[in-house]
Amino acid sequence: MPIIHYIEADGTEYEADVVVGSTVMQGAVDNMIDGILAECGGSCSCATCHCYVDEAWFEQVGEAGGTEKIMLEMAIDPQPTSRLSCQIQVTEELDGLVVRLPESQY
Amino acid sequence: MQKVIIIGAGHAAAQLAPSLRKQGWKGQILIIGDEAYIPYQRPPLSKEFMAGEKTDDEILIRPLSAYDQHDITFRLNETAVKLNPLENALTLSTGESIGYDYLAFCTGARARKVPIPGSDLEGVFYLRSIDDVKGIKHRLDVRVKDRAKKSSKTSDSANVVIVGGGYIGLETAAALRKMDVNVTVLEMQDRVLARVTAPEVSEFYQRVHAEEGVQIRTDSIVSHIGGEGQVSTVRCESGKCFDADLVIIGVGVVPNVELAEEAGLLVDNGIVVDEFAQTSVSNIFAAGDCTSHPNALLADSLMNGRLRLESVPNAMEQAKTVAASICGQSLPYASYPWFWSDQYDLKLQIAGLSQGFDQVVIRGDHKNSRSFVAWYLKQGKLLAADCVNRPKEFLVAKQLLSRGIKVDPALLVDESIDPKTFLQ
Repeated sequence: MPIIHYIEADGTEYEADVVVGSTVMQGAVDNMIDGILAECGGSCSCATCHCYVDEAWFEQVGEAGGTEKIMLEMAIDPQPTSRLSCQIQVTEELDGLVVRLPESQY
Repeated sequence: MQKVIIIGAGHAAAQLAPSLRKQGWKGQILIIGDEAYIPYQRPPLSKEFMAGEKTDDEILIRPLSAYDQHDITFRLNETAVKLNPLENALTLSTGESIGYDYLAFCTGARARKVPIPGSDLEGVFYLRSIDDVKGIKHRLDVRVKDRAKKSSKTSDSANVVIVGGGYIGLETAAALRKMDVNVTVLEMQDRVLARVTAPEVSEFYQRVHAEEGVQIRTDSIVSHIGGEGQVSTVRCESGKCFDADLVIIGVGVVPNVELAEEAGLLVDNGIVVDEFAQTSVSNIFAAGDCTSHPNALLADSLMNGRLRLESVPNAMEQAKTVAASICGQSLPYASYPWFWSDQYDLKLQIAGLSQGFDQVVIRGDHKNSRSFVAWYLKQGKLLAADCVNRPKEFLVAKQLLSRGIKVDPALLVDESIDPKTFLQ
C-alpha cells in the first residue's frame, strides 16, 4: 500500500498507508489528520482539502484542471503546487508522496 | 474510566469522536447507531449512490479500522429509548442501562412522513438512509425485469413519481434519469425549491429538468396513492393521475428530538443549545441537524437569533465545538452556512442563508445557459449566493460574507469584472 506523508502547518508529520484508488484527502480523513477538513466528502465543492504537493512530486501528481483549478485560485494562500487533495487519486507510483497542509482551510 | 456516549452515528458523530481524541479525551467513547452501518456520507445517497456510481464502502466516511485505532466503539442496530439526566443513565432498546459522564445528541433528522392515503403501499419510499436507497434500487430492478418480460419493447422504462420538488427530489430525479427511468416530480407549490430559493433559480431548475426529460408538475397536491397491494398510480387533487411503478416522497425532514424532550431537555424546533453546543443540561451536548442553535452572524436572516440547519458542514463544525466543550476548552460556534447540490452537469454551491432577502440580482444568463449566480441581498447587504457552475463566485461570496464586504449590486452582475476584485 502506498505511503503518503502529510505535514501539518505546525510541522507535525503523519505517515499514512492509503489504498490505491483512494484519494489523498480520504487518507487524511481516515487517519484523522486535522489539516484537511473535506466538508463536502470529496465532490470538489468546498475547497477545504487544499494541500501543497512537495515540489519533487508535483510533476508526477500533475496540475489541477477545470473546477479544481478555479477553486484553488480562490483558496487561502494558493501556491504553484497547490491541489485539492480529494482530486488526487492514489496510485502505486505515488508511494512516498509528500504533501504539506495549509495553516487554515478558510 | 470516564465515558462519553454519542447517540446517533451520522456525520456529527463521525466528527465528534475523533475530535474528542484530538482534544485529548482519554476516556471511553461509545457511539450508538440505530442503523446497521458505521457513519457514512448521506449527500451521495440521492446522487452517486442512487445512480450506482458509488458502493456502500465508498460512501463510508472512514473505515472501521480508523475508529478502532482510536479506541472508538460502536453499538449498531440499537436505539436509545430513555434518558435519565439526573442519574446520567441511558437505556437502550435491549433494556440495558449505561452510565455516562458526558452525553452528545447527534441524532440528526428523519424524513417527514405524509398522511396521504395509500402511502403505506409497497413501492412507496422515503429517502434518508442507505437502506431506503437500496430498497428503491431493488424495486427498480424488479420492475424493469417485469416490464421486459411483459413487453417486447426493451425501451419500455419504469415510471417513478417523486413527491416534493426540493433538493432531495430534484437530485433523485437527476440520478434516476441517468438510469433511463421516466421521472415525474409533483410539487405542491407553484415552483420547485420554493422554500429555499428565488423564483429565478426555481425557473432555471425547472427548465433544466425539462431539458433532461423530467416532467415537473407544480401546483400539484397529491390526494391519493393507488394500487392493489403495490403502488400503481398517483392521483392529484386536480384529478390528474400518473402511472407509477415506484413513488419517492421527499417533503422535508423532522429533527429527532423526542428522547431529549422526554428527558426534560429544552426543545424548540430542535434541541436547544448555546454557542458551545451545550443543552439545558450541563453535561449533555448536541450537534448537527437535531439542534436549534444561535448564530450571531446571521442576525439579518433570523427572527429570534436561532436556527436549525440541515447541513453536513454545520454538523462537522458543531461537533468540533462539542469536543472542545467536553474537553474543557472553548470553541464557540459561529460560521456562515454553505450547501451544495449536484444535478446533471450542474454544480450548485450556496454560500450563506438567503432567508429574509429583499433583493435578488443575477450574474449570467439563467434563462438560456447553465451557469449563473443569484445574489441575495437585504438592504444592500449580501446574505447569500446561489452559484451554478460558478465555483469562483462561490468562494468569493463566502469571503464577502465572512469579511462583511459590501459590493454594489451593479458590480455583482457585471460579467466584465473579475469577481476576485470584489474582495479588494
